[in-house]
Amino acid sequence: MPTAPPYDAILIGAGMSGLAAGIRLAQFDQRVLLLERHYLWGGLNSFYKREGRRLDVGLHALTNYVPKGTRGAPLTKILRQLRLRYDDLQLGEQSFSEIAFPDTRLRFSNDFELLRSEIGRVFPGEVDRFEALVREVDETNPFDENAEFVSAREKIGAILGEPLLVEMLLLPICYYGSAREGDIDWYQFVILFQSLLQEGFARPEGGIKPLLDLLVARYRELGGELRMRSGVSEILHDDERCRGVRLQSGEELLGTRVFSSAGWGETLELLGPPFAESVEGAGESGELSFVESMFILDQHCAELGHEATIVFFNDAETFDYRRPDALTDPRSGVICAPDNYASENPLPEGILRLTTLADHRRWCALDEESYRAAKIREVDTALGTASRYAFDPRPHTVFRDAFTPRTIEHFTGRIGGAVYGWPEKRLDGSTPLENLHLIGTDQGFLGVVGAMLSGISIANRCLALQPTSSNR
Amino acid sequence: MTREEIITAIRDIITTIAPDEELDGLDTAQPLRDQIELDSMDFLDIVMELRKRYGVQVPEAEYGELSTLDGCATYLGPKLEGQELKLAGA
Repeated sequence: MPTAPPYDAILIGAGMSGLAAGIRLAQFDQRVLLLERHYLWGGLNSFYKREGRRLDVGLHALTNYVPKGTRGAPLTKILRQLRLRYDDLQLGEQSFSEIAFPDTRLRFSNDFELLRSEIGRVFPGEVDRFEALVREVDETNPFDENAEFVSAREKIGAILGEPLLVEMLLLPICYYGSAREGDIDWYQFVILFQSLLQEGFARPEGGIKPLLDLLVARYRELGGELRMRSGVSEILHDDERCRGVRLQSGEELLGTRVFSSAGWGETLELLGPPFAESVEGAGESGELSFVESMFILDQHCAELGHEATIVFFNDAETFDYRRPDALTDPRSGVICAPDNYASENPLPEGILRLTTLADHRRWCALDEESYRAAKIREVDTALGTASRYAFDPRPHTVFRDAFTPRTIEHFTGRIGGAVYGWPEKRLDGSTPLENLHLIGTDQGFLGVVGAMLSGISIANRCLALQPTSSNR
Repeated sequence: MTREEIITAIRDIITTIAPDEELDGLDTAQPLRDQIELDSMDFLDIVMELRKRYGVQVPEAEYGELSTLDGCATYLGPKLEGQELKLAGA
């Protein structure tokens, strides 16, 4: 008899989905190994340090905000599944946010009634049709695994009468989760409509790091093993089942199951032949990536007259969500003021963040010198537009930094720096191998809470499949 | 374990699973799901905790037996005979 592999589960990637899956599996006595290529955990929701400041990479907002004790909400579910207390997150709510077009602004907050009243104010003729859209959202099961792609643009275009309102609703929803150019899958629209507009935004006190610390501590306390700087170069398999992984160092690790949050095509590449060839047939890879810039300010945003937490701006009547034919596209973007979240301990400095669409290929083609110059020039160009929807942070800036699709690809291994992954999602987490499971962005859940829910739900399936596994 | 101990055991498991729920004043004859928020994911957790703590297997077809605390005591009585109560709840 061959001896049992040392691990019940090997998880690739210590981001939100890997940590959450790891906690679930370790909770029920599985021997779990979590591997991370980077020296920090968090994946697409990590952090880094510059000049003594800790900067969040991904987190503009923890979406899916609901008050403590809200029944059946995704946030309540993940807390319970991970056995965390609501108060552990120390959530601070947004002030309000805005969807801003040249002559029209819609405000929303964690109270959905605000958006309802804004629709009534700005689009009085659309009130009933907007309610019809809300009903359609409420009645859709976004987790139907047999659902075929439905264009959200077409679907909401058919429900709403005012084209501008369609564009305005697509703006925040695409920016916070669409892997598809010009559109988003209706089912993903539903998830995001709920998590952004019907629920809302909050920020964990101290940003993403305290939340990550909480997850890592819980995982370790349950006996889970975490190895950093341990990139996987290959998933070992015999064409039907996987046996484990080979690290970039050459070390081989064996496990009964492997969970990958590396991305769909990225995971196929780790399988090597014959599966790597099927990357071609895996559908189009994600084209959407971003430049993210941060300005540390000598005053708080609110002191400078900017009170919104997040502003989604689009400087045209229609919203063009696609990989730009330039380094960046200054016409639209997201402006986030983290210091406008409620906080017990207000941030010592003001901070403003700006996200714009970017073309990975163009950023990668630059030599070092042009790359550094472009990071400043392109962000300044985008600020030309963004300033009109917020304010110009530069006169108050004590420190600025930016990262690009190239940075994202380097640290996360996402092909093309595609933060929302591949357009086609795999809701059942299945792969060509029966004991290799996909978790995270490409399984189809979105955002910080969604990624955790992804790891949890796929881990639960495997736990439910093993009703007779013995205690160790 | 006595009936009371089994009920204590289940309450302790629920406290572990759902630390934010208020369990004082639960009616042992009424369905748990009518009194506190428990979804199918949570029921799976109760079953898994029973297995982890006491080595008890509950087949999926019999999850319904666990719908009330009284039901739990009746159904789990024979399975938990001779076992010690193990509390882990905070």
